[in-house]
Amino acid sequence: MNNLSHRKYIVGAIFSIICLIFIIRLFNVQVVNNKYKLDSDNNVLRVITEYPARGLVYDRNGELLVFNEAAYDLMLIPGQLKEMDTTLFCNLFDITKEDFLAKYNKAKSYSRYKPSVFEKELSAATYGNVQDQMYKFPGFFVQTRTLRKYPKNNAAHVLGYIGEVNNSIIEKNSYYKSGDYIGKSGLELAYEELLRGKRGVRKILVDVHNREKGSYNNGLEDTLSVAGQTIYSSLDVDLQAYGELLMQNKTGSVVAIEPKTGEILCLVSSPGYDPNLLVGRSIKTNYPILTKDSLKPLFNRATMAQYPPGSIFKTIQALIAMQEGVITEQTGFPCIKSLVGCHNHPTALNVAASIKMSCNPYYHQVFKRLIQQNKVKSIFKDSEIGLAKWATNVKKFGFGGTLETDIPGVKNGLVPGVDFYNRWYGEGRWAFSTIFSLSIGQGELGVIPIQMANLAAIIANKGYYYPPHILKKIEGVDTIPNLFTTKQYVGIDSVYFNPIIQGMLAVVDEPGGTARRAKINGISVCGKTGTAQNPHGEDHSVFIAFAPMENPKIAIAVYVENSGFGGTWAAPIASLMMEQYLTDSISDKLKEKRILEANLLNVIPKK
Amino acid sequence: MRNRTNVFTNLDWVTILTYLVLVIIGWLSIYAAVYNEEHSKIFDLSQRYGNQLLWIGLSLLLALIILMIEGSFFTSFAYPIYGLIILMLIGVLLFGTEIKGAKSWFRIGSFAIQPAEFGKFATALALAKFLSVLGINMKDLKTKVTAIAIVILPIILILLQNDTGSMLVYFSFVLVLYREGLSGNVLLAGIYTAFLFITSLLMRIQTFTFFNKEIGGELLLIYILVALGAAAMYVTKKMKRLWIIIIAVLICSVGIVFSVDYVFNNVLEPHQSKRINVMLGVESDPQGAGYNVNQSLIAIGSGGFSGKGFLNGTQTKFNFVPEQSTDFIFCTIGEEWGFLGTFVLVSLYLFLFLRLIFLAERQRSTFSRIYGYCVASILFFHFLINIGMTIGLAPVIGIPLPFISYGGSSLWAFTILLFIFIRLDAERIYVLR
Repeated sequence: MNNLSHRKYIVGAIFSIICLIFIIRLFNVQVVNNKYKLDSDNNVLRVITEYPARGLVYDRNGELLVFNEAAYDLMLIPGQLKEMDTTLFCNLFDITKEDFLAKYNKAKSYSRYKPSVFEKELSAATYGNVQDQMYKFPGFFVQTRTLRKYPKNNAAHVLGYIGEVNNSIIEKNSYYKSGDYIGKSGLELAYEELLRGKRGVRKILVDVHNREKGSYNNGLEDTLSVAGQTIYSSLDVDLQAYGELLMQNKTGSVVAIEPKTGEILCLVSSPGYDPNLLVGRSIKTNYPILTKDSLKPLFNRATMAQYPPGSIFKTIQALIAMQEGVITEQTGFPCIKSLVGCHNHPTALNVAASIKMSCNPYYHQVFKRLIQQNKVKSIFKDSEIGLAKWATNVKKFGFGGTLETDIPGVKNGLVPGVDFYNRWYGEGRWAFSTIFSLSIGQGELGVIPIQMANLAAIIANKGYYYPPHILKKIEGVDTIPNLFTTKQYVGIDSVYFNPIIQGMLAVVDEPGGTARRAKINGISVCGKTGTAQNPHGEDHSVFIAFAPMENPKIAIAVYVENSGFGGTWAAPIASLMMEQYLTDSISDKLKEKRILEANLLNVIPKK
Repeated sequence: MRNRTNVFTNLDWVTILTYLVLVIIGWLSIYAAVYNEEHSKIFDLSQRYGNQLLWIGLSLLLALIILMIEGSFFTSFAYPIYGLIILMLIGVLLFGTEIKGAKSWFRIGSFAIQPAEFGKFATALALAKFLSVLGINMKDLKTKVTAIAIVILPIILILLQNDTGSMLVYFSFVLVLYREGLSGNVLLAGIYTAFLFITSLLMRIQTFTFFNKEIGGELLLIYILVALGAAAMYVTKKMKRLWIIIIAVLICSVGIVFSVDYVFNNVLEPHQSKRINVMLGVESDPQGAGYNVNQSLIAIGSGGFSGKGFLNGTQTKFNFVPEQSTDFIFCTIGEEWGFLGTFVLVSLYLFLFLRLIFLAERQRSTFSRIYGYCVASILFFHFLINIGMTIGLAPVIGIPLPFISYGGSSLWAFTILLFIFIRLDAERIYVLR
């Protein structure tokens, strides 16, 4: 043969070395490296979320408050885009060419093969216009979603709104994923877990053109979506609407509670807003506008505004004093104006009369007996003991702490205790004379309108309340949370409520009462006026009431900011509300007209 | 008659069996690659696996015919066959049909034939014929030039068809020439040039900082080359005659480094430069030029150790991998059979290549030996580029994987190529030289 035959080994070696390199590379790609397996899943696996319809909300009478309306998201798969009439497209969807390009590039940078939202929430009208033209735009398609709709336009603060989840929620709660909607306030937030239902997941395989190619793992990992539950709210939407109407051009709040259940009948915060403003993509434009409004329409005054209770607090002072035994129903005190200012009225000879006439010096003296019970020698120590006991008793009424309710974000208010004054003045440096303005509901006391409505319910019930709530019934569920069906006693014997109720009846019914304007023909209304001192301007007009006196059906608290004395504005509003609720009609049209026409937004502040 | 029966008893069944196994693996992979539930019939001419079955049948017939032709026919008609194919390559330039940018197809009805595929065995025959002339010496310049001319002619014609992939295959004949006496330095020079080319491609996009001075990667490479040259001259200072070679190599090297830019931007098509850049990792473009390789790696990589199982490949079934029944058929095997499958396939090929070398070396006829080496080299080059491409070790060049990729022309051409050698081998004892 020839001397070149050894070269067969070199050729063979070259073949072998290349094969060895291939095998090493294949071992690395297929066995060692995991990246490609993940990429493979990304390629073919699409997780399709099936969003359940969010639960509906009805009012106590079955009126629809919240439902879902179909909205249409225009989606784009950039990889499927073909040549098309961009001008026609821009005209149809009312966007500019620059917008189109910007959105296209954004979608493309996200993925060429996965759909991204091109235009959010087309209205049904827009979609109707373009529906039959969509075939001209390959790569675009429309995905249906739902939006919340509020047919009544009322009770925005109670119902709340939904919005996209933020990152901190996603981190805390594994249920939520970016882009999900969640209740942000009100009932939508409180009953989020009932309303949202259960999301379904479908895992499908797709080909390179993103066409569905069947389910993954025979659908064993798929879950069905479960629609959200229907909720009946305790609200009476007619009453709510009437309350909002009466409160137009006024700032303040109206809270009405059914005393024998604790169900909130209406919760008005004025000025309010149309809940439909905070829906879908309009939220982006409307939210900042509402935030900047100087009257703070987003602020729920009924659950978050803190005021001094004013004279209404005298009812609690009298109740605690009687329970503590420092006075009796028949105790009278002279109206000594040197103690604390008062208006001219006959001497209050008993508790009922003191309520009717709202005598300030009377309660100065009652409170002194509560605070200084002469248990120890030092008046400072004595005051501490008295105040501690008093504060405990007051808090039992749901003041100065978390009032159990299902409305999110209710403020605590403030009932100043020993610690508070020790911090304020220093230990042993304060006594009754320092804190006497508490006696008439002024000073450091702070209460929230819903707490005041609850107080009206407590008096109506003669000593207990059910935590106020906006949930009446969950469809298909027989019970509501235990909390709302458990009586909360305030620690006052029911017998002590009689003189208070008598006094409150007299406030409305008898000559010399402070709220004659609250009278309703044929119904015995019990009420109490208050004037919450306002360091920033004119006092707030406050009134709480319940009716009818026997077997009360409604308890109410009305706050009208910067409108002065409680009998002038708050009392007639409360009476109109109660009459509307109890009789479904208004007998005194003049009273109604006066309220409707009143504009108290620009009252010149008292200086 | 006696002669013919002897030929059949002398057939190398090991090679034929390997061929059949590869063809069957190929058909199964094509079936898996285009499989969908709606078309599960095997004989379905509307589907690629149906067509391929037809091609396989015809190939076996072709193989049988070739085995019945006397080996002397191929030695006698080597040049006429070569001439015929050259004419066809010219003809396709004039009357051919353009498919995917390459004007390299004759269209007959719905089928298309690619003459370049058949050019390989024809060139192999011609080269074998020329180099087997008694007393020929590879050291002669005339021999070299003629041998190279035989190979270059189809290269030029195929290049004119704009079919780069098929053209590159003809460079595999260098291995044959090497075996027949071409200086090993040519192989080394080739490898060295390729190495220098890749290195300067990688270096030229970077800058290095030395002593607060920025220096371009390309310039740095030249400094290094010069330094290496100087070192080599120092070492060989007692053999000054080597200096000329060292200086020549140095000048060529510097020339190569400087010409890289020009070759890259002017000689290569933009998509080719891009594919090379993607392969080298200089450029990352998973949606564009790098899409094929990225998806191919995903498919192969997702197969894992033991694969997803036959017909269970998601990447290939759902068309994420392009050209998955032709150039990227290896992906289907990688995804569905995993590392076990790819290991077995690569081993099977290596076995075939080594078997062919073994067969070639046992020939007493120089013609048969050279032809055998041509077969091994051509198959190996396809294997090298095709699999190298799917696993990201070679730039994307569209050439088929022998016996496995879908396509009538390529399967027939490989079958003819291989079975001529099997026939030649079968009658080796009757041929003296």
